[in-house]
Amino acid sequence: MNEATSTFIAPNPSALPTGKPTGKGIGLDDSAVVRLKKLLAERNTPNAGLRIAVKGGGCSGLAYHMEWAEEARPRDKTFEREGVRVFIDPKSYLYLMGTELIFEETIMASGFKLRNPNEKSACGCGDSFSV
Amino acid sequence: MKGFLQIHDPLKPKGHVVGIDLGTTNSLVASVINGKPSCLPADEGDARLLPSVVHYAKSGGVVVGKRAVELLAAAPTDTIKSVKRFMGKSLGDLETKKLGAYQFVEGAGVVRFQVAGGQPVTPIEVSGEILRTLKRRAESAFAGKVEQAVITVPAYFDDAQRQATKDAGRLAGLEVLRLLNEPTAAALAYGLDKNAQGTFAVYDLGGGTFDISVLELVEGVFQVKSVGGDSALGGDDFDRTIVQKALDAFAIASPSPTQIAQLLQLARAAKERLTDVTETTLELDGQKLPVTRADFDGWIQPLLQKTGVAVRRAIKDAGLTAADIKGVVLVGGSTRVPAVRSYVESIFGKPPLADIDPDQVVALGAAIQADLLTNTERQDEVLLLDVIPLSLGLETMGGVVEKVIYRNSAIPTAQAQVFTTFQDGQTGMDIHVVQGERELVQDSRSLARFRLSGIPSMPAGMGRVQVTFAIDADGILSVKAKEQTTGIEQAITVKPTHGLSDEEVEQMLLDSIEHGEDDMQRRQLVEQQVDAARVLIDARKQLVENGDLLSADERKSFELGVEALETLSKTTDDHAAIKNAIHELDEQARPFVERIMNRAIAKAAVGHSIQTF
Repeated sequence: MNEATSTFIAPNPSALPTGKPTGKGIGLDDSAVVRLKKLLAERNTPNAGLRIAVKGGGCSGLAYHMEWAEEARPRDKTFEREGVRVFIDPKSYLYLMGTELIFEETIMASGFKLRNPNEKSACGCGDSFSV
Repeated sequence: MKGFLQIHDPLKPKGHVVGIDLGTTNSLVASVINGKPSCLPADEGDARLLPSVVHYAKSGGVVVGKRAVELLAAAPTDTIKSVKRFMGKSLGDLETKKLGAYQFVEGAGVVRFQVAGGQPVTPIEVSGEILRTLKRRAESAFAGKVEQAVITVPAYFDDAQRQATKDAGRLAGLEVLRLLNEPTAAALAYGLDKNAQGTFAVYDLGGGTFDISVLELVEGVFQVKSVGGDSALGGDDFDRTIVQKALDAFAIASPSPTQIAQLLQLARAAKERLTDVTETTLELDGQKLPVTRADFDGWIQPLLQKTGVAVRRAIKDAGLTAADIKGVVLVGGSTRVPAVRSYVESIFGKPPLADIDPDQVVALGAAIQADLLTNTERQDEVLLLDVIPLSLGLETMGGVVEKVIYRNSAIPTAQAQVFTTFQDGQTGMDIHVVQGERELVQDSRSLARFRLSGIPSMPAGMGRVQVTFAIDADGILSVKAKEQTTGIEQAITVKPTHGLSDEEVEQMLLDSIEHGEDDMQRRQLVEQQVDAARVLIDARKQLVENGDLLSADERKSFELGVEALETLSKTTDDHAAIKNAIHELDEQARPFVERIMNRAIAKAAVGHSIQTF
């Protein structure tokens, strides 16, 4: 339990999380666009999109989830770059504003990562974070 | 691929979800199949119960369940049982070492058992083996993958114990959708959540432990009101009572370990038979002991009364009486004993719910919860279970919101803040609980309102009220206001997300981002207006009480200053202008304040005789 004494104003609001999203929109970097196009073609569904979601659970509290989606759901937000569509449900969007999906290639391995400015901490497994 | 995100394909067949009762003595796995929950074979020979025993072989192999039980006697330190009692504990916890004759590895933090076949293992790893076995058995029952589970934990488990259980799930390759309190699982299995509201008790008598929980159903969510029990009381004690009677009857003064083992087995069998028949016979080496159900009931009465004490205490802790309890659920194999059922009925004054197999009821409830959580139509509700979606706060003077718990705070959580009175002699404080990200009450969602009255009359700012916001794991908010000098308090409980659709939550958040800057301006304005009001109250009070200290001119000019501040604070929307005006009036009042101080000192001096100075 934290206790603070104040008349009307919290003593040090900056020490508390405000949880305000830090950016808007969702970005895809060049290599992510190229790779998504390739994967969609391999799946024989060039017109499908990618769904990105945030779910409760995971070791740091929240976890990312990505899956293929044939169509957007009614309340989804849709982002598009060069014909590659990303669908995000409104609740997840609150945690993803300003996030960029990148495809990283190194000598050792390659794969997708999310660069989320809302993240305060993440854990080693890569798909779990907290805001 | 560590560090990278996988893209899942919903067109590929999904894994099944299960509910798991990870018990001290036995563990079970269940799943909802065609709308009906049922337990799956968990051990060899289609047994639904998997003994929670793990054996580590010298070869490095791991054996779980009944076959591990058979190895207990031969390799006691390599065979871990009742590992649940070690979850989340460190060797530093005084009681830990008493829990079993294992070879503990001294050192950092968590308990480690030195076992055959390699590295020492932690309780998380041992539990992980049990979960992995259950997962594998379920997968062979489904002939498909199992990747997600709801796992039950005792209601009294602390954060460390819960985290350890989650970690064990992850180790077994299971995504733990949620940890569910065992009594809540039992209540779900009986569909008690379909009631509008009410208070329920869960009486859980297992082989070696007894737990009693009182649950309150609030808007479809169970809250644990109180827990109690005895971690060393269970059906095994019933068996020992029978063994003792047999030893007396057969005149065995110093029984051999073999005799005790034999008798324990016979006693257990006799106990189980007496559930269906009223008379049976115990036979050892040609000697016979007839036992009637009435005999047995009499022998275990002292044990039942021990549970009764815990039950009554738990009901009292919940601030209730037995008559308030709407239903009682029986959990644990030992509640099959007819004497236990009639004893529970006598305490609560109503027959307990006992239609569902008491060994399976917790796992079945977990399966129902797992099904609810993964049901696609309800998937939206699953999201964001562990954080609050919108900030919670209360209204302060002028309609400004003071946030107490910020959005995205992990729950359960609790925060307290102290608020002071605004006026001299203020005897009440209105607590208005609001939700949302906006700075002003008019833009927020009103959740609840109550009044703390009976604050003793004091000058402004002296009355101190501590307001505590607490949110439990189910998202239920309780707000308590306590005046610190008298200790008087008032409290209220609400469910912040009740009646709030996803669209509304989303809209409230987007609004707050859109209006963020504007809101801050308005907040600062209101704060200055409140400040001005406070200064005006004080200035007018002094004019009435000490106005004679001012010359007519001075008085006139001061009154003009007061008027000017009042007009300004009501007309301008420039918070800086009000701040300046307050400062100017302060300056203007300085000589006046000095004279008032002098008079007060003179008054105090007159009140005393000269000698005291």
